[in-house]
Amino acid sequence: MLQIKPILAALKRHKAGTILIAMQIALTLAIVCNAIFIIHQRLERVQRPTGMVESDLLAIQSRFVGTQETQAGPLVKADLVALRQLPGVQDAVAMNSYPLRGGGWSTGVRTDVDAKNSKAHTTQYFGDEHALGTMALKLIAGRNFRSDEIVEADPQALPDPAVIIVSKALADKMYPDGSALGKTMYIGDSKTPSTIIGIVERLQVPWNGTWSDSFYENSLIQPVQLTSAFTNYLIRAKPGQLADLVKAAPAALVKTNRMRVIPSERGVRTFAEVREYAYKGDRGMAILMGVVCLVLLGITAAGIVGLTSFWVGQRRKQIGVRRALGATKRDILSYFLTENLLIGVAGVVIGALLAVGMNLWLVTQFEMARLSVTYVLIGVVALLGLGQGATLAPAMRASRVSPVEATRSV
Amino acid sequence: MFAYYLQLGLRSLRKNPLLTLLMVLAIGCGVAASMTTYSVFRATSNNPIPQKSSQLYVPQIDNWGPESNEDNKGEPPNAMTYTDAINLMRDKRASHQTALFPAAMSIVPTDPSMLPFRETSYAWYADAFGMFDIPFLYGHAWTSGEDDSHAAVAVIGKTLNDKLFNGTNSVGKNINLNGRDYRIVGVTEKWNPEPVFYDVINTNGFDDPIQVFIPFTRAVELQTTTNGNNNCNHDPGKGWDAWIRSECVWVGFWAELPTKSEAGAYRQYLNGYSAEQQRSGRFRWAPNTRLRNVTEWLDYQKVVPQEAKVSLMVSLGFLLLCLVNTVGLLLAKFMRRSSEIGVRRALGATRKEIYIQFLIEAAAIGLAGGVVGLVLTGFGVMGVSLVFEPDIAKLATLDVSLVLLTMLVAVLATVLAAFYPTWRAAQVQPAWQLKSN
Repeated sequence: MLQIKPILAALKRHKAGTILIAMQIALTLAIVCNAIFIIHQRLERVQRPTGMVESDLLAIQSRFVGTQETQAGPLVKADLVALRQLPGVQDAVAMNSYPLRGGGWSTGVRTDVDAKNSKAHTTQYFGDEHALGTMALKLIAGRNFRSDEIVEADPQALPDPAVIIVSKALADKMYPDGSALGKTMYIGDSKTPSTIIGIVERLQVPWNGTWSDSFYENSLIQPVQLTSAFTNYLIRAKPGQLADLVKAAPAALVKTNRMRVIPSERGVRTFAEVREYAYKGDRGMAILMGVVCLVLLGITAAGIVGLTSFWVGQRRKQIGVRRALGATKRDILSYFLTENLLIGVAGVVIGALLAVGMNLWLVTQFEMARLSVTYVLIGVVALLGLGQGATLAPAMRASRVSPVEATRSV
Repeated sequence: MFAYYLQLGLRSLRKNPLLTLLMVLAIGCGVAASMTTYSVFRATSNNPIPQKSSQLYVPQIDNWGPESNEDNKGEPPNAMTYTDAINLMRDKRASHQTALFPAAMSIVPTDPSMLPFRETSYAWYADAFGMFDIPFLYGHAWTSGEDDSHAAVAVIGKTLNDKLFNGTNSVGKNINLNGRDYRIVGVTEKWNPEPVFYDVINTNGFDDPIQVFIPFTRAVELQTTTNGNNNCNHDPGKGWDAWIRSECVWVGFWAELPTKSEAGAYRQYLNGYSAEQQRSGRFRWAPNTRLRNVTEWLDYQKVVPQEAKVSLMVSLGFLLLCLVNTVGLLLAKFMRRSSEIGVRRALGATRKEIYIQFLIEAAAIGLAGGVVGLVLTGFGVMGVSLVFEPDIAKLATLDVSLVLLTMLVAVLATVLAAFYPTWRAAQVQPAWQLKSN
């Protein structure tokens, strides 16, 4: 560390190379910090639980043809009877949507009938008393719907529900003191209160984009069997029966009524497939950023190796002279490592500023969060380490330069 | 001379294969990453109807008022109410206009062994075919008279025609949609604008081509609900009639206004219309309207996915880094040959010749990098579906223009990166080098 002065003097004679290495380190740090931050954000989203038990769950989308859009009540009922009778089916429910499906209903809710603005935003699920069991939601307070509470309704003429089940997130938002069970709330513009009879631990909304991030666990279930021609069936298979049901369940539906369309693309999906499809973009982005980071680090390391090797080659004679004058191998090694560290420090300082600047720009352009300092620190340490690692091989070679070199033609 | 320099260059490249390989790979990776992400960006930012993008407009009318569009920076809703759409259709102030919505249509094949199936279907007016320059394979669009009479007519797409009628002329035949018969009046050629500008709201810009078109008036008469978004600021009330009279927005609208002055006049008309609604008591706020053409509309709706932009930015940064890296390596490489340069200069080579020699060597590296980049871009384009939705991923293709661009970017970037090292090489003093050895 006592060699800093001569190192700086030497670097002055290699301005171009020094600047190039520092620039590489700075750029790599800026990109890698932001990339890792994006990866972390995406992975965090992917890991959100839906609140359901996702194994042994099958989702089928169906639309009746040739029936009035809102008059399919009896047909849906017949479907449910057929599905629930199938061997291998534990339970089944017809719903408007389900977590991670992509499309669904949302509305504002109030606790005060006269309030002008809603207190929270929530998704609305419609289903009968089988909904909880089929999704295998964890009821943490209250009870499930009774079959006599279920009403059939046209989606264009929905009755205000007397009772509802809500997710804990919504319950806490509406009644922060934890007293939601048994209390009432008003859905949309309704003037009629709905009583909360049950609270489930968690139930995610159908969307997974950034727009629903502010309410992604606010859900309520209304005891309504919709009569619309478009329905999503959720089917819970008995253990080990899911694979058979992928074929048997749609076949049973077609057998019950063939005047229907089950889309060939994504019409019948296990929930694992639903999840994979929903988070494809997030996972892909994480993979892409990961690959970019790795290649970047590789290229930067290679660049450092290349330039340091060049310097070592250029200075063989000087190294020989130093060795002849009594410098140990260690001294030579530490000379090059210190040199790289100095350049590296300059690089990471600029890089940290660049990383923050880049992130601020991304924040203004895209809906992205602020970069936390931890990422920058991790990046700084990683890049300094990378620099030292990359310098090691050429520096070792330099340290092996024999003092005899000094005597060769100067 | 060129051949000689190239030979010199290649020989020098062979001398330290590791360094050369490193540069080629760096350039290849950088170019491939940029080109892959660019292919997606290019597809998503494409102008889908260049010949008319400044003549087709989306009018927006604020029927919700300042209270409801607070979150939206005062912009009117993205779609129209049925009421406003019908009024604009009735007034016919544009040379052509259409209201539209994606209708949930299922096709019931006459062959009883075939199950019903869905195709992308839209309900709109006869004008739309001409406005959007939709080419016909057989027959033609329905007439405005058929719009007015709510006729049970349909235009189908080529793919559907191939599927149902084996590609023969099906004009005059019937097709069963949602259990009702429609007479086919036309079959369109493949028409697949990307992004699907006509309905960005419900598709996010990317969808399968439309295979079924029916008159808007017919679809509404049959109470066909939209297959797209329906947004309400208040409970619309119960039943179909309440819904179409409500302030819920779900109808798309396009007007064709060939000149700037016509567009100006239409803007005035929209404001006048809103003022009239204000007078009648329906709107309790001053007119707040917008009129955006295709490019403005796609831009406003942010059709280019965020992923496409972010990944393009990251890849360009990546390419920049690869170039900085190349500058460094080339510098090392060229300077190592100082003595060679000295000899050449002493034997009479001019600075210019040194420049040319080293730039050619760099171009050779760039070319090799381009080839590597091309192969990697090929893999990259295949892997696009990892990040983007299938509707978008299938648009990213490795076509001739992308191949040429990849090579061009690789060579240009490398030559650019070589300028500084070459300049340093050309500065070498022959005397110095000759003396020291």
